[in-house]
Amino acid sequence: MVSIEEFTSQLAGEFEDIDPSTITPHTNYREIKNWSSMYALIIIAFVDANYDVQLNAENLKNSQTIKDIYDIVVSKQS
Amino acid sequence: MALFSSHNVSIKGVAACVPKNKELTKDYTLFSAEEHDLFVKSVGIEERRVAPFEITTSDLCFHAAEKLIKDLDWKKEEIDCLIFVSQSPDYFLPATSIILQHRLGLSKNTMAFDVSLGCSGYVYGLQLIASILSVGQIKKGLLLVGDKSTLSTHIEDKSTYPLFGDAGTATAIEFDKNASPIYFNLQSDGGGEDAIKILDGAARNTVRDDTFDIMEIEPGIKRSRRHLILKGIDIFNFALKEVAPNINELFRFSNIEKEKVNYFVFHQANKLINESVRKKLKVLDVSKVPYSINHFGNTSSASIPLTMVTQIKEQLQKSNTLLFSGFGVGFSWASCIFETDKIYCSDLIEI
Repeated sequence: MVSIEEFTSQLAGEFEDIDPSTITPHTNYREIKNWSSMYALIIIAFVDANYDVQLNAENLKNSQTIKDIYDIVVSKQS
Repeated sequence: MALFSSHNVSIKGVAACVPKNKELTKDYTLFSAEEHDLFVKSVGIEERRVAPFEITTSDLCFHAAEKLIKDLDWKKEEIDCLIFVSQSPDYFLPATSIILQHRLGLSKNTMAFDVSLGCSGYVYGLQLIASILSVGQIKKGLLLVGDKSTLSTHIEDKSTYPLFGDAGTATAIEFDKNASPIYFNLQSDGGGEDAIKILDGAARNTVRDDTFDIMEIEPGIKRSRRHLILKGIDIFNFALKEVAPNINELFRFSNIEKEKVNYFVFHQANKLINESVRKKLKVLDVSKVPYSINHFGNTSSASIPLTMVTQIKEQLQKSNTLLFSGFGVGFSWASCIFETDKIYCSDLIEI
């Protein structure tokens, strides 16, 4: 598994029109400017394609930050 | 496992009909400029066709069928089977297929019945009609497939309204001893029944006092109990989990290699979902995966034939290996693969 910093920077690259430098592991992703539910699908697609892990609706509901998502991916991979 | 091979049947032609009335994503006032841009880029829809009150799915299918019969120079008295696949029938009863038998002027010797399926419906319908025709007693059949999905989407529901477009299609199937087999893999999981659902109006809930009350479910999502519910994350996860394995199983069963496929015609669900499926299947050549979603939105069961007619009409005039895959409401999903000689496609009809 890549580092949390690498994961954050990869994920930030998936978001349209958002300066990646403003996104850190502790960013609450729902507070990203112009956040919409479509971003949830983008996160799911990213994690599935790159880490072969499926995030369900419950996982997303229970997570706030990029680090929360990273932790779910790590735990599902092991 | 619902794996099949149907022999001695070929798809002779396909026609599609859409309403003239166009709605542009950029005119959808509930989207901010940023939401619009993200929606067009990720979901892939710039415009859709929306049928007015007086046009139903059966009207769209009727015009597609009339044109196809004429273009193929079929005699109506030779058509002995009509299957209508839709989740927007004209009435609770009688079945719309029977109304269409009469309206099209088909003989009383026609077997006609409806099938209630959505996104997977085209492939399911093909399997049914191919099974009936492969026996050899009936020589020609019509598969009429489509939906007026905009009937059930509420304009103040951002999660459904900008997604769906209306379309009706007709596919002509014929008994043909020289045809290559069509291989199918059909699946279902009713555990996903709540992911795409209309709660009220049929027998379980009928119509209640509060059926038509518009409620705010969450910001940007207002609808009543007779409108379509769509749980995007659940559907996305279903598609990521199930579609590629279904298709890979079909490759094994049919002994047709993935590399031989000229076109992967997928149900036009959402560009993000379809691209994820394409990547999972490791199909690198994007020109093999045609899209109609940008101009027509998600057209439910009509999306596969509509994509054929609008995107690869010319290419279908020669021999090809085709793979179709439909997936969604139910959950229900199905794929088929076959070699074709030539499939005639009528010009798109607009009414």
